[in-house]
Amino acid sequence: MDNYVVEMLNIRKEFPGIVANNNINLQVKKGEIHALLGENGAGKSTLMNVLFGLYQPEKGEIRIKGEKANITDPNIANDLGIGMVHQHFMLVETFTVTQNIILGSEPKRFGMIDIKKAEKDVQELSDRYGLSVDPKAKIQNISVGMQQRVEILKTLYRGAEVLILDEPTAVLTPQEIKELIGIMKSLIKEGISIILITHKLKEIMEVCDRCTVIRKGEGIGTVEVSETNPNELASLMVGREISFTTEKKPAQPKDNILSIEDLRIKDSRGVEMVKGLNLEVKAGEIVGIAGVDGNGQSELIEAITGLSKTESGKISLNEKEITNMSPRKVTEAGISHIPQDRHKFGLVLDFPIGENMVLQTYYQKPYSKNGILSFKRIYDHANKLIEEYDVRTPSEYTKARALSGGNQQKAIIAREVDRSPDLIIAAQPTRGLDVGAIEFIHKKLIEERDKGRGVLLISFELDEIMNISDRIAVMFDGNIVANVKPEETNEQELGLLMAGSRKEKVGEQ
Amino acid sequence: MFANRMFNTVVPVISVLLGLIAGAIIMLGFGYNPIKGYAALLDGAFGNAYFFGETIRQVTPYILTGLAVAFAFRAGLFNIGAEGQVIVGWLAAVWVGTTIEAPMIIHLPIALIVAALAGGLWGFVPGLLKAKLGVHEVIITIMMNYIALYLSNHLIRNVLTDKQDTTDRVAESASLASNWLMELTSYSRLHWGILVALVAAAFMWFLLEKTTTGFELRSVGYNRHASEYAGMKVGKNIILAMVISGGFAGLAGAMEGLGTFGYMPTHAAFTNIGFDGIAVALLGGNAALGTVIAAFLFGILKIGALNMPTGAGVPGELVEIVIALIIFFVASSYIIRWVLLRFKKEGN
Ligand SMILES: Nc1ncnc2c1ncn2[C@@H]1O[C@H](COP(=O)(O)OP(=O)(O)OP(=O)(O)O)[C@@H](O)[C@H]1O
Ligand SMILES: [Mg+2]
Repeated sequence: MDNYVVEMLNIRKEFPGIVANNNINLQVKKGEIHALLGENGAGKSTLMNVLFGLYQPEKGEIRIKGEKANITDPNIANDLGIGMVHQHFMLVETFTVTQNIILGSEPKRFGMIDIKKAEKDVQELSDRYGLSVDPKAKIQNISVGMQQRVEILKTLYRGAEVLILDEPTAVLTPQEIKELIGIMKSLIKEGISIILITHKLKEIMEVCDRCTVIRKGEGIGTVEVSETNPNELASLMVGREISFTTEKKPAQPKDNILSIEDLRIKDSRGVEMVKGLNLEVKAGEIVGIAGVDGNGQSELIEAITGLSKTESGKISLNEKEITNMSPRKVTEAGISHIPQDRHKFGLVLDFPIGENMVLQTYYQKPYSKNGILSFKRIYDHANKLIEEYDVRTPSEYTKARALSGGNQQKAIIAREVDRSPDLIIAAQPTRGLDVGAIEFIHKKLIEERDKGRGVLLISFELDEIMNISDRIAVMFDGNIVANVKPEETNEQELGLLMAGSRKEKVGEQ
Repeated sequence: MFANRMFNTVVPVISVLLGLIAGAIIMLGFGYNPIKGYAALLDGAFGNAYFFGETIRQVTPYILTGLAVAFAFRAGLFNIGAEGQVIVGWLAAVWVGTTIEAPMIIHLPIALIVAALAGGLWGFVPGLLKAKLGVHEVIITIMMNYIALYLSNHLIRNVLTDKQDTTDRVAESASLASNWLMELTSYSRLHWGILVALVAAAFMWFLLEKTTTGFELRSVGYNRHASEYAGMKVGKNIILAMVISGGFAGLAGAMEGLGTFGYMPTHAAFTNIGFDGIAVALLGGNAALGTVIAAFLFGILKIGALNMPTGAGVPGELVEIVIALIIFFVASSYIIRWVLLRFKKEGN
């Protein structure tokens, strides 16, 4: 028998109206990185929540280091050396790194928390695995990538030997992903085993030893990564062939839909984040904004959509000025927005998915009349979108909270694209989606373009930018520093431009 | 879905049962017979027409203050100020009831509306401060309670009367009292207000569940950021929620002013109707129907308990403890939820 640290055998987990896991086997060897692959809603997070003691399986057996374990809550999982970093972080924003890490297992001296010792311990752990985390920094002041490392440290501090990472790279920039991969490699050198959930086949090929595939809740099997390739993995996962490049005709740009002139925006601390930016999006074209996170992209989107105010400059849609209009007016003027943070902005998690589908249009006909909602119309509409966009949910009445991360995203995209706006602002639209869904969303965006709509795409994934943009605007330090055509550039050049090196401006302007 | 519904009704029922059991243990501990005690309580609430009438009368303001707290809660706000809103509503109703002359069909509705408006105004101030300046509503509503208490006392002594401690009685045309109801219930103080309260509950249900306004309020209550993103005016909804919430509490005051008492005395301390509304809303799960049911339970306990000293020799203080225990268990329903979930898991 092999030396498995974790064995999950014939696991079955049901939710009302749905079998999320059926007959799934997962065996993880000591010191390996084991990928867990499956479509959105396949049941990956559910399976890991079972291992971490958040859900109790209806059937099946869990063995840790060969011994049968009954993991009824996360504390037991902790004691057994299992740590989990969730898809959405669980940190106290106003606490320091160290305070967050020791929360729940504080070192005490004379009945008082020994913060000095804790800080030293955290520093040591951080150095040992090359995490470079500052133990005294406040969570609200550090980047998402750093916060994730704090989550990892939290599990290590509690003595984790098996680390579950649920889509850790979905929220990271390419640079941060590289660093995370380095961290994972140093962790397995120390004998820690990692279960990695990711939709990015490149990452699986790069760091994982073996990969277990789940399809619609059923275990499909486990493959050695060295003996497979991305195409095989993708077809194992969805049960059909997937094309990785998106077919599209050349764009036929027409009139300007969005024009931005000399836009300046300050953030809440009064620091200028967008510094005299000019940008145009024409009907029938997809403009991709490439840039490292934090160069003013979020501020730009918030200003266009009316979520925050501008200092100066002018934003117009179809020649009509929309600068500093309210979000409602902006929406009515014809802008859709797929927000970057789906839990904070995109959904009311405690509303049924059907009501989330009319979050901006509930007050219009046919969803309401004279201020009275028509639930029949609302749910008919939801049903149509669920079908068309393949949102996997037990029903249209299910709370958005109960959907898998990827299906929440699909629901938002369905809502935003279906409104048939003149301009779609898509911020990281495929974050957390499986390859099949990404293909689908890209096709949709191109379809909308061909119908004569403008698309403004903001993404940290150069692949995505290169694949579907008709024009790439590189953003650096609050400005568009270059306009390039995807067929006339490459990732190296884009990388340099994003880092701020100058280039003669290409394209119009 | 169904399982969830069940759960939401099972938890408050268990809370109440636990409270009753804990109360029984305390009665036993002090040498009283709990069965006799609770029998006296039931007898005191339903035993005869008078008790029954008094119970319904007590339920009436509880429904309204319960709705007030529940309504604000659904929009993500904690209205501790129902107490003050009751007082200003009471004062406003009595003011209109004593100073205006008009036929009942005009006088009574005006008195009710003005009471609701006064309560609404008392909710508007914390709502506005929260929406515009981000000041926490709990702090402001607590302060507004004191302003209401002392301001109303001052107005009663110096404006509505000449240094008296109670106002005049409201005119017949503004009164909710009914001879017919009183005769029916052996001269309890039962009045038509219960109908007002039930209509208010239906209004809350309809507004929250069926209208676009309710959709916005609930959305803002769950997720402010997403609501703003979706084009809803968060500040406007906060203010509206506090105004409507205050309106419900103001009506509760009108029930006392136009129904139960027919006048307003100066108050040395708070009436507690508003504070009890917090427990009612909590027990009722912040839903309209739940609040009505919870208000009935509180009314039964409050009125029935009056009979426990005479009926079973249990002292009034002990009765207060029993009621407090029930509230305690309702408030800690989180723990009950947790235990139930454990059982459910182990059952599988
Ligand atoms: N708490 C819950 N209640 C009801 N249904 C749930 C719950 N959690 C998950 N589900 C359902 O179980 C299925 C599996 O969800 P899960 O979150 O495990 O998917 P996933 O593989 O992690 O997907 P993704 O890649 O999108 O994150 C989905 O259909 C989801 O709707
Ligand atoms: Mg998931």
